[in-house]
Amino acid sequence: MTNGLKHTPLYAVHLEMGAKMVDFAGWGMPVHYGSQLEEHTSVRCDAGMFDVSHMLAVDVRGTGASDFLQRVFANDVARLQKPGKALYTCMLNEQGGVLDDLIVYMREIGSYRAVVNAGTAEKDLAWLDAQRLESGAQVEILPRRDLAIVAVQGPRAREKFWTAAPQLRACSEQLANFEAAQAGDTVIARTGYTGEDGFEVMLPAAEVEALWRVLAQHGVKPAGLGARDTLRLEAGMNLYGQDMDEHVTPLECGLAWTVDLKTGRDFVGRSALQRAHPARKLVGVILQDRGVMRAHQHIRTPRGAGEITSGGFSPTMNRSIALARVPGDLESRAELEVEIRGKWLKGTEVKPPFVRHGKVLVQP
Amino acid sequence: MTPDNLKYTDSHEWVKTEADGTCSVGITFHAQDMLGDVVFVENPVVGRKVKKGEECGVIESVKAAADIYAPLSGEIVATNGELAESPEKINEDPYSAWMFRIRPEDPRELAGLLDAGAYDKVAAAEKH
Repeated sequence: MTNGLKHTPLYAVHLEMGAKMVDFAGWGMPVHYGSQLEEHTSVRCDAGMFDVSHMLAVDVRGTGASDFLQRVFANDVARLQKPGKALYTCMLNEQGGVLDDLIVYMREIGSYRAVVNAGTAEKDLAWLDAQRLESGAQVEILPRRDLAIVAVQGPRAREKFWTAAPQLRACSEQLANFEAAQAGDTVIARTGYTGEDGFEVMLPAAEVEALWRVLAQHGVKPAGLGARDTLRLEAGMNLYGQDMDEHVTPLECGLAWTVDLKTGRDFVGRSALQRAHPARKLVGVILQDRGVMRAHQHIRTPRGAGEITSGGFSPTMNRSIALARVPGDLESRAELEVEIRGKWLKGTEVKPPFVRHGKVLVQP
Repeated sequence: MTPDNLKYTDSHEWVKTEADGTCSVGITFHAQDMLGDVVFVENPVVGRKVKKGEECGVIESVKAAADIYAPLSGEIVATNGELAESPEKINEDPYSAWMFRIRPEDPRELAGLLDAGAYDKVAAAEKH
């Protein structure tokens, strides 16, 4: 099953810890280590960790780095006003379609790091390089396959991380959300993809196994991509390739807040977005009937048809939730129907996130 | 271990003949292992007549939905209501967590099902 797949430096450790492996974007990755539901609950209520070393850190540095990123990213990189700050942004094509979504960190003045999705990494690198050539920007673009990335997430994640790695406490104790600290070659960022507090740690591949093991010894539960998906869905966070792609603009996938149209800055995709009149929007759906919504199921609403982009079972809410692309004028709390296995079941439109910091935020 | 006292289908149901002649149906260890955590079970209604191989239930897991097929032709005479509240029983003890019972109409169909050894080969072939 894992023939021909790429492996992260933790591959053997995952197998040793009982992981069931799946192909994710060409990588053999753990989907769970026994029970996805338990892993989900650990992250919501305590602390869990994910190997996300399949994602690629890309360093962008040079005298032209800031201007270059201001051109290729839709969010305003000037908001990174000092080293250590992080920003969520989309990278768009000329049509305003989403090439990728990513977090960009300022490491030093003129030195940035973007962490991009595994499935888009090669395409992103080619795009960035083409943009560099076209603009003549004085930048160096450095893919960092030598790094591993571990996300430690949950209400007790930071505390357990500090107990397990006391040498990293001092530098990371004061971090606010979306801030990162550096300790040698290790970067600790207070970011994540679960709707819980925690860190994402980037470190040399050779050091990741020791960190993973010591975290496990201190009660941080290994969690797979299955739990990562239900956690991010509950948190109302988009998954690239599923809730958005090159044919969808940020305005149609709930990411208008990440697009900077206020400053006069000219970025790739801006003019297309300014001309756009999005007829669709991304919303949350709670299924009222029994069943489980899945991606690509059809939706009927009083304002027209729609489609589930991500669906599943919410362990926190004990019912099925989804993200769906629907007509742009659909009212909030609209009653709608989802076609599940040939039957039309009742659902309700809601505004994501469904769950943050262990609490359900939507009215069922 | 695949229990020797049950019969199996190549679509991963197990069948147990009860003392009253009805047959309990559930899914195998391999099936629940492939599905992951089960979150929802939809059973056929009691009284429904089913043909062997007919879709008659759905198991939804965290990962996917799976159809359950009638392993035998007959009438559905009971369903396991406990699974509505506790679908995880299917993961915890797949050979006890029966879904429904059929009163079989043709005993020859029962004889045509797989034994444990034959089913293990089917499951092993699917793993890789």
